[in-house]
Amino acid sequence: MRKLIIAAVAALTMSMGTAQASGEYHPDFKEASWSFEGFFGRYDQAQLRRGYQIYSQVCSACHGLRLLSYRNLSDLGFTEDEIKEIAAEKSVRVPHDEVGAELNDDGEFFTREAKPSDRFVSPFPNDAAAIDANGALPPDLSLIAKARIGGPHYVYSFLMGYAEEIPEEVSSQKGFTVNEDKNFNLYYPGYYNSMPSQIYDEMVEYEDGTPMTADQHAKDIVAFLNWAAEPELDERKSLGLKVMLFLLVLTAMLYALKRKIWADVKH
Amino acid sequence: MSSPEWKNPVIKWVDTRLPVFSLMHHSTAGYPSPRNLSYWWNFGSLALTVLIVMVLTGIFLVMNYTPHVDMAFDSVERIMRDVNYGWLIRYVHMNGASMFFIVVYVHIFRGIYYGSYKGPREILWILGVVIMLLMMGTAFMGYVLPWGQMSLWGATVITNLFSAFPIVGDFIVTLLWGGFSVDNPTLNRFFSLHYLLPFVLFAVVGLHLWALHSVKSNNPLGVEIKQPEDAIPFHPYYTIKDLFGMSLFFMFFLFFVFWAPNFFGEPDNYIPANPMVTPAHIVPEWYFLPFYAILRAITFDFLWIIPAKLGGVLAMFASILVWIALPWLDRSKVRSARFRPVYKWFFWVLVADFVFLGYLGKMPAEQPYVIMAQLATLYYFAHFLVVLPLMAKLEKSVELPESIAAAVLKKGDA
Ligand code: HEC
Ligand code: HEM
Repeated sequence: MRKLIIAAVAALTMSMGTAQASGEYHPDFKEASWSFEGFFGRYDQAQLRRGYQIYSQVCSACHGLRLLSYRNLSDLGFTEDEIKEIAAEKSVRVPHDEVGAELNDDGEFFTREAKPSDRFVSPFPNDAAAIDANGALPPDLSLIAKARIGGPHYVYSFLMGYAEEIPEEVSSQKGFTVNEDKNFNLYYPGYYNSMPSQIYDEMVEYEDGTPMTADQHAKDIVAFLNWAAEPELDERKSLGLKVMLFLLVLTAMLYALKRKIWADVKH
Repeated sequence: MSSPEWKNPVIKWVDTRLPVFSLMHHSTAGYPSPRNLSYWWNFGSLALTVLIVMVLTGIFLVMNYTPHVDMAFDSVERIMRDVNYGWLIRYVHMNGASMFFIVVYVHIFRGIYYGSYKGPREILWILGVVIMLLMMGTAFMGYVLPWGQMSLWGATVITNLFSAFPIVGDFIVTLLWGGFSVDNPTLNRFFSLHYLLPFVLFAVVGLHLWALHSVKSNNPLGVEIKQPEDAIPFHPYYTIKDLFGMSLFFMFFLFFVFWAPNFFGEPDNYIPANPMVTPAHIVPEWYFLPFYAILRAITFDFLWIIPAKLGGVLAMFASILVWIALPWLDRSKVRSARFRPVYKWFFWVLVADFVFLGYLGKMPAEQPYVIMAQLATLYYFAHFLVVLPLMAKLEKSVELPESIAAAVLKKGDA
């Protein structure tokens, strides 16, 4: 009986994590798996580079990655010179020139080329400008893979979740109305999103021979965004394995010692 | 037990002037513990371990954290990305809070099962309740520091509760906020208090252990130590057992740190705080959920004098404060549930009720969850205020063993 209670308690606590609080209908996340998942999972550097390519050619037109620095791209295998070049394409504002002037002769702010130590330059000068251009604020993507329930699985399903036909389960819900101005997405809370569908076959040109399907593109950009959100993952898991191995041996030794010390005590 | 004669002249010299060595001896090799403590008795030392881990990681976090609404979120991300092993320090601190509550919940329910709150351990127990309250305050304020969406909105919801109190309510809320909403002054005072409270915790844990060492541990039989054969010295027997437990526990703890560091967290807290956007669901951390369910269960006015909101707040506080009265609500002479055939069952029903409340705390405040939470809350209080006092009168306990040694030495012969 006690076992039964414990099992019930365990089941309840488990369901607590996954329970969706809102009543809105959304299908289960689309099937997908990544190399960085699981106990031994690690990032696939080639995939991260493909993902970065998509980010820089497509998403970066609207979305920032303000928590990353250009130098972080060395994780993806870019050389120092390559990183310098990538950074130099962007410019950052300088508060004033050598003599303290804040504006140049044309009345504009001073700028300089970005350096590897600079943070990624966001596409819009501020939120208001971003909203003005897009109808809604394109969120900064630095942490998006950690900031949604389901993490990478949500982002992947969201990117692949644009649908022409509105399924019966959605349209039959009380209070559901069609919104012609926005884009229908099966996974987005409230369904209607200001971002048009971004992912399609051959959206970027891969150089490593990987098939350029929409699905592959989506997986690659999600892997990249997951790296952007947790760049420490590889280091974390490999340190974890070492620590666990150490603790296993330590625990075994302490257990043996405990048995020995307690050997002649009845308890 | 008297102090040993110290042979080493330096130790002897120091000890006659400041008896630290005698103190250490008294609380280890010279400290008698029941010989039959089970692994449920490991959780006290585990709690102390987690407290130390929290303080150490916390001190290192503070070296790189900036308590300002414009910089707090980014400074935490800087710790995660740019500070050497910053991710490790932060994930240990973050998951450590959850571990602290897991360990202390087990510790508390262990005490409830084995009647450890009964005389002469009432003060020990009450100090435990004080520790729990301090922990809750510390954890709540710590959660505000990264200044994510849940930090801001959780703080807003919880601090707002105090406005339910008549007359002084608004004053208290303004005092907590340092202004008229949760803002930079709130973040600053919470940061200050979050650093202070763990040291207050240390002090109260010190008292808790002082009380423990004067009344000694209870044990699974609930029969006091009566003769030398009932006890063994704490050191080496329980030092090694605690160390072994600690090592096992760290495997559990660090599994989350290395492989599922955000398992206990809310994704919304990775969105920077924004006073203009309210999250769809504001939920507190998992360890507050049972109490949050009790808070929200009171949706009706009491006798026209206590409005629902105040009722909820009072019920929530009462649900913890009732533990203080536990030694006087449960008058049964028998401590351990092992010898209380009826109480044993009600104990597990209470555990199930508490976990169920936790589940309901996560659910939206709509039917059927509201009525379920009301019933679960009613049962929670009924357990303490009705079931326990009645059971003390009606229950027939099984015969107690004569002594710890008698029970232990009888079973098996090796
Ligand atoms: C033309 C501008 C534009 C481009 C290009 C763009 N997005 Fe967006 N994106 C938006 C806007 C605007 C929103 C906010 C939508 C809203 O709030 O309704 C958004 C929202 C999002 C979200 C958040 C969804 C949520 O749950 O809140 C994600 C994830 C996202 N975009 C990913 C991408 C990725 C990946 C790419 C590149 C493949 C990309 N976007 C390209 C404009 C863009
Ligand atoms: C920071 C948190 C805490 C720490 C560090 C701590 C530490 C300890 C330690 C080391 C022991 C002795 C070992 C053991 O019996 O497990 C102990 C015993 C005890 N604690 Fe705590 N404790 C904490 C919180 C609490 C709380 C919240 C309660 C109850 C509300 C509590 C109630 C007790 C009781 C009743 C005992 C005696 C148990 C027995 O001998 O049966 N403690 N504590």
